[in-house]
Amino acid sequence: MAATDSTDSPGSRGSVHPSVEAVWRIESPRIIATLTRMVGDVGLAEELAQDAFVIALEQWPDKGVPPNPGGWLMSTAKHRAIDLVRRRATYERKLQELGHRLPAPHEPDLDEALDDPIGDDLLQLIFMACHPVLGREARVALTLRLLCGLTTDEIARAFLTSEPTVGQRVLRAKRTLAAKGVRFEMPAPADLPARLGSVLEVVYLVFNEGYAATAGADWARPALCDEALRLGRVLAGLVPAEPEVHGLVALMELQASRLPARTSPSGEPVLLLDQDRARWDHLLIRRGLEALERAEALPGRIGSYTVQAAIAACHARARTPEATDWTAIAAYYEILGRAAPSPVVELNRAIAVGMAYGPERGLEILDGLALDGYAQLPAARGDLLAKLGRTAEARAEFERAAAMTRNDRERAIFQRRAGELRPAPRPSAERP
Amino acid sequence: MRYLTVMRDSRPATPPPPELMAEIMKLGEDAAKAGVLLDQGGLAPSALGARIDVADGSLSVTDGPFAESKEMISYAVYEVRSKEEAVEWCTRFMRLHQELWPGWAGECEVLQIFGPEDFQ
Repeated sequence: MAATDSTDSPGSRGSVHPSVEAVWRIESPRIIATLTRMVGDVGLAEELAQDAFVIALEQWPDKGVPPNPGGWLMSTAKHRAIDLVRRRATYERKLQELGHRLPAPHEPDLDEALDDPIGDDLLQLIFMACHPVLGREARVALTLRLLCGLTTDEIARAFLTSEPTVGQRVLRAKRTLAAKGVRFEMPAPADLPARLGSVLEVVYLVFNEGYAATAGADWARPALCDEALRLGRVLAGLVPAEPEVHGLVALMELQASRLPARTSPSGEPVLLLDQDRARWDHLLIRRGLEALERAEALPGRIGSYTVQAAIAACHARARTPEATDWTAIAAYYEILGRAAPSPVVELNRAIAVGMAYGPERGLEILDGLALDGYAQLPAARGDLLAKLGRTAEARAEFERAAAMTRNDRERAIFQRRAGELRPAPRPSAERP
Repeated sequence: MRYLTVMRDSRPATPPPPELMAEIMKLGEDAAKAGVLLDQGGLAPSALGARIDVADGSLSVTDGPFAESKEMISYAVYEVRSKEEAVEWCTRFMRLHQELWPGWAGECEVLQIFGPEDFQ
């Protein structure tokens, strides 16, 4: 199994018909999910699904693409799974006839393998790929592989690692799931919040991996934002009653809406308040605000993704930086900090409070903060001090921030701010 | 990659069969739940629209209807990983018309919308 486990989806093999690959991308998660229910093992299910694709690649160029390519693939894959299960059953019966006793294998559910109109299979596959018995990296790799149809090579490029590393990670993850006896089923109601949390964490990790890399040369990384968004939307369709799923989708749609504006033509990061808002993606903003409305309308406690989305929405709704509702943002950061106290949240609250109630109030919050080696802290302090006209102190803070950061582009920004604060004709360097 | 798809047809005399409308709804829901359909909408007859032309150095505004054999009747915006994926979703949409509306004729164009990655 090792050899096939580390190969890529059939769709990636050189001379393939691109439309077969497109059908694979669209259909493979659902096919793998259904087969996993039938055979009980996700690695085996993936192999069987790939077998069906190989058959398609062989047959379609000659016989033409069938009218319902997705249905064709699903039924071809199911037939292979049924064959396999029957062969296994025959084998086991023969062993028993010979007097052997084997541990009972997973009982496949052939009768129920016909249809899955409500998408439970897909949801269970998501829960399986994001199972807490797996480490974070394993969950991410397996999810991208099984749910997004990414090849090991694509995953490796996106995470700046090697293909064999990702192949091994995926293989080990599948083995762990089998070894720990993780069943293909819905989590018990009591486990649901934690299990869903694990899924949302994976989705947002994938998103952030792409979001943090938008300045990179390789678009395999920013494309991760699209994968995460798609996965989030799929999840929202599968568990529409969970407010945090909509909250996460809202957060990602709103953050992604700024992608076109957050780097300058030369690749420099552009801070939120300096961005050209005409370049924001207004289709994604609309979708993000709609998702946020859905999250807020559902009963249940407001979770941290929803609160973060509400903050992003304050920015998205403001047509100019001056129109930003900083009072609301400061209040949301307070809610966020109460739910999960963190110095980074406090830092952001200080910035919002500074904008809403004046720089002195922001500085008061920052004075109580300890964040070793975190360049954003002196930078925020420098910004507030500059607004108060305390130029020399502000300059020292920006110089400290520049010395602290390991990001070259960020350092350039801090150095520029420090340079602007040199004793000059006008002492104040006001920024929006 | 983002794609705009626009469909034109020759405004048939009969309304679309209810069965087709139901299947279109279902396909739209599938595409939305797959996370790829970002937006869609139907377009009113061009009789309710207008057109602004520039030709030979002069500009003119003309009210609809436009004298084309086919009218644009709907659009959709997809976020997918390849042109072929957008073509596949659109093919499903068109096949529904083919199967459920005998005699219907129309066309669907799949056009890429440039994104930030196209200006790198």
